[in-house]
Amino acid sequence: MELTGSEIIVRSLLDLGVKTIFGYPGGAVLNIYDAIFKEKKLEHILTRHEQGALHAADGYARVSGEVGVALVTSGPGATNAVTGLATAYMDSIPMVCISGQVPSPMIGNDAFQEADTVGITRSATKHNYLVKDVNDLARILQEAFHIAATGRPGPVLVDIPKDITAATAPYKTHRGEVKIRSYKPTVKGHTGQIRRAVKMIRNAKRPLFYTGGGVILSNASTELTELARIVGAPITNTLMGLGAIPASDPLFVGMLGMHGTYEANMAVHRCDLLVAIGARFDDRVTGKISEFAPEADIIHVDVDPTSISKNVTVDCPIVGDIKNVLERMLPEVKEAAFKEKQPSLEPWWKEIEEWRAKDCLAYTQKKGTTEAQFVIQKLHELSEGRAIVATDVGQHQMWAAQFYGFEKPRRWLTSGGLGTMGYGLPAAIGAQLADPGRLVITVTGEGSIQMNIQEMATILQYRLPIKIAIINNGFLGMVRQWQEFFYERRYAESDMSVQPDFIKLAEAYGAVGLKADRPREVEPVIREAFDTPGPVIMDFRVNREANVYPMVPAGAALNEMILL
Amino acid sequence: MRHVISVLVENEAGVLSRVAGLFSARGFNIDSLTVAPVGDGETSHITLVTFGEDNIIEQILKQLNKLIPVIQVTDLTDGPHVGRELMLVKVSAERDVRAEVLRIADIFRSRAVDATPTSFIVEVTGSSEKLDACLNLLIPLGVTEVVRTGQVAMARGAGKGSDRK
Repeated sequence: MELTGSEIIVRSLLDLGVKTIFGYPGGAVLNIYDAIFKEKKLEHILTRHEQGALHAADGYARVSGEVGVALVTSGPGATNAVTGLATAYMDSIPMVCISGQVPSPMIGNDAFQEADTVGITRSATKHNYLVKDVNDLARILQEAFHIAATGRPGPVLVDIPKDITAATAPYKTHRGEVKIRSYKPTVKGHTGQIRRAVKMIRNAKRPLFYTGGGVILSNASTELTELARIVGAPITNTLMGLGAIPASDPLFVGMLGMHGTYEANMAVHRCDLLVAIGARFDDRVTGKISEFAPEADIIHVDVDPTSISKNVTVDCPIVGDIKNVLERMLPEVKEAAFKEKQPSLEPWWKEIEEWRAKDCLAYTQKKGTTEAQFVIQKLHELSEGRAIVATDVGQHQMWAAQFYGFEKPRRWLTSGGLGTMGYGLPAAIGAQLADPGRLVITVTGEGSIQMNIQEMATILQYRLPIKIAIINNGFLGMVRQWQEFFYERRYAESDMSVQPDFIKLAEAYGAVGLKADRPREVEPVIREAFDTPGPVIMDFRVNREANVYPMVPAGAALNEMILL
Repeated sequence: MRHVISVLVENEAGVLSRVAGLFSARGFNIDSLTVAPVGDGETSHITLVTFGEDNIIEQILKQLNKLIPVIQVTDLTDGPHVGRELMLVKVSAERDVRAEVLRIADIFRSRAVDATPTSFIVEVTGSSEKLDACLNLLIPLGVTEVVRTGQVAMARGAGKGSDRK
């Protein structure tokens, strides 16, 4: 049976198991929207900006583990999507973005709403396509999903000219038939290297697991937790890896890196074996690279060969899917021979406990001004640590990472790689749709929230009960912190004290707005927000000049932390 | 160190810009890059000449491999290989220099492919070093224009590039 290109798109999405897509219509995608209108099985969420659609698809993917899907029109629609693509690309989030393009004969003529979308998005996607023939459409969509979800996941863009969406072709599902001769990600880790790694772990006196977002993407948290417990070694997560092991696990020494814990960073500095799993040695993690883990041999497990030995030379590389590799490591560490030969880790733990005793995240909540950390702790306490937390970027992001202990994976959504302000609110939309029954909290700043505040309308339209906590210090807080540390307090353009009345703004959108000026108001506000059925904006007025501690100054070594 | 890398890619629109974009986006050096469809036209062959420390070259090879339309990446520098480059040199040559230009061309087993009363175009093929040497001799005689293709290269022996890792 012949279908139009638009019908092929919708049928393909349904055949690929897509239930929800996020998008914004426009001239070049009207045929597709018409096909969506006729097909009731595909839920379309109308955001108020294309960037919002992309971040929502990203949030959906992070929570559900499925490929997030976005649909945008040509020209400005596609260029607005670029930040969302780049965000997903940096954090390896599986996503497919369909963009409309001007009709094929007009491509290259500077037609109305034309942009070289494939050219513009080339470096912000794992791969991209321009569909030139309606007969290729179903295959390309299938390939796009395959590429997005396999190997190191990432966003794939499919640019479809308007005439292709109107042309007809026979439709045949290509599900499970993808063959790309040039794309064969290595999934199975090398057996010899895995054995070698296990031997290195067995012989280490001061081993440390350093794990990142790859563990979560690979759904390998259970295996990781089991491995760490059997070995009995301390484990630290990157910002992207939070939740890979329960934050309450005694083995967990907190996040590492620029705003990591003292114990995690000192452990990196002192360990004799660093087992890096699904983490990529980002500069926010390593600090001064030449002094990173100076005493350690390094094992690195990653599905992406380019991540291995990119920043740090690795002694035992294992290219493969994290889950596959950990599943094959586990039986070996369970063998009696492993335990018999493993040296006692007691002296190592003694060192760690001494660092832990510093209690580097401690802060004082005085009577007068609310501390941001206190707000996050209360959010954690009153949500019983069960919420999905989406953040924006800045101080609030780091405080949320430090103070909201994540017990499970896929509950922490943050733009780790690109550091995208404006990510939190739309990502929360995707999260709430992926897990409708769960409490979703956006922790944001008064600067960040204003970057995609229009998505409040989306939240209201779909009655999403998202709770928005604005950590409002009237500053671009992290910018101000750097200006304080490195620019002699010259607070150039970081003052954000002119801002909307967030209560009225919430009400203008039809949501509830609450404000807490004083510490004693924090808990009642959170309780009221949680008890309110719909969306709520909570405006927490916090200490204007608080800093995120500990901190490793950019370019310094991890053991050169500034403590409070 | 200078490396000659052979890349087999799907012959589809935009592949060259993916490869070139990779080098510019990541700040890798690129000395020369040649590309043309080969065989049945479904694939193209790219020869890349680049230079860098071992870790940079390792990254270049891995990053090239990561591009979806890239089928095979081979660093030819590791083994014996044949490299050839084509150069066309326009020499302004009048009266007494004309014989000298042709003599030099002859020494380099190259030839004049165009002649006017005041100029020659000399076609030279061979290694980049040979082309440099020839050009250095021609320059004092009055070179007005030079074009070079950049290197194409192939591994020596019966096996294909893809057999050699």
